[in-house]
Amino acid sequence: MQVTMTVNDVEVTREIEGRLLLVHFLRDTLSLTGTHWGCDTSNCGTCVVWLDGEPVKSCTVLAAMADGHEVRTVEGLAKGAELDPIQEGFMQCHGLQCGFCTPGMMMTCRALLDKNPDPTDAEIREAISGQICRCTGYSTIVRSVRWASVHEAAAAQEAGAQA
Amino acid sequence: MQVPAPFEYERATSVDQAIGLLERLGSSARLVAGGHSLLPMMKLRLANFDYLIDINPLHTELGYIRFAGEGAGGEVRIGAMTRHRELLESDELAAAFPIFRDAERVIADPIVRNRGTLGGSLCQADPSEDLSAVCTTLDASCVIRGPGGAERVVTMEDFHVGPYETAVGDGEMLTEVRFPLRPGGGSAYEKVERRAGDWAVVSAGAAVWLAGDGTIADARVGLAAVGPNTTGIPEISAALRGREPAEDLYEQAGAIAARSCDPATDQRGSADYKRHLADELTRRTLRTAVARARS
Repeated sequence: MQVTMTVNDVEVTREIEGRLLLVHFLRDTLSLTGTHWGCDTSNCGTCVVWLDGEPVKSCTVLAAMADGHEVRTVEGLAKGAELDPIQEGFMQCHGLQCGFCTPGMMMTCRALLDKNPDPTDAEIREAISGQICRCTGYSTIVRSVRWASVHEAAAAQEAGAQA
Repeated sequence: MQVPAPFEYERATSVDQAIGLLERLGSSARLVAGGHSLLPMMKLRLANFDYLIDINPLHTELGYIRFAGEGAGGEVRIGAMTRHRELLESDELAAAFPIFRDAERVIADPIVRNRGTLGGSLCQADPSEDLSAVCTTLDASCVIRGPGGAERVVTMEDFHVGPYETAVGDGEMLTEVRFPLRPGGGSAYEKVERRAGDWAVVSAGAAVWLAGDGTIADARVGLAAVGPNTTGIPEISAALRGREPAEDLYEQAGAIAARSCDPATDQRGSADYKRHLADELTRRTLRTAVARARS
């Protein structure tokens, strides 16, 4: 069957099998290997991408289900050479060790900040409760998200002051 | 790598078109909603179908929470494609039935809740599934649509035929779940799980309706993960009706729950521990439900 979807603002059309999972479509068909493929059972959350702006576990979504929809992956976080504050936060606060869970963590945390720009530590932990960091670096992930939240607020204030 | 066996993918464009496809394709076809139960089973080849009919496009038609009528005789109607996140976030639903927000906070995880649906949860009919226990507690009824638009309404008791088995036949589809609104109500849900997002070791839901004099007009308790299907316990309702809410009454209800359920020893805990939980969680949820009914 043929599917057409928008991935990171680019429209793609491919011929696929109905049973192809979205994670494999992104990684193998489109060579977007930033999205990681982990447990295959929707437990670990490393495969999280956005489907129409909502985080989903792409190992448990058929590529066919994304036909006609918008997908965003970790490759679509940065704006050109400018990192998203979430990515910057993960760098500044050591939000990753081995890096395996990082793409999914960043997609979930970006979506969190879009809905709730100033989350508490508890709200961040709730947001990532469906994701596993096997390095157990949760404290630094929470700190990274807080970093992004604080810096985004400061940047917004500065932009407001200039306007 | 886990991938489902090959199947033909079909996309639903309307409820009646989906039912038409089911009718034509028979038992070789299955509906898929959020897919977070069905796709893992298909990956493990525990479930295999020739055709998968994706009903996610029906969210616009079947994703809703509507209030029909007020007070006694009124009801809340929830479309089968309403997602967990929508059930969690609805303030109106939480005001009418706080049990929904209690339960949705502990169903799977926030990402899975973006996809999973009410209808999918009920049709999966897993004995450990939390929304089935919620629907049992609230005495919900299920609207099943068949060929030609024919609809039938069945109670939760009749809906769940057995583990992973429902009253929905080939060529039929669950479209809506209805919850009666009654005055003086309060409800609550509690779950014990091994880790965030896991299936329940045991869950309990309670709903009470208080009369004008403060006595219990009616009460229902629903349990999950302690028997072949989520269990409503009529003996508890009988024991509570007409009585003044009190600790010794909750204790009595907890004892009935513990002896009425039928848990199995597994990796989540021993049968004895699960009976203990059924007792304790019944007491806790009744206590909270009464407090909410009074406020």
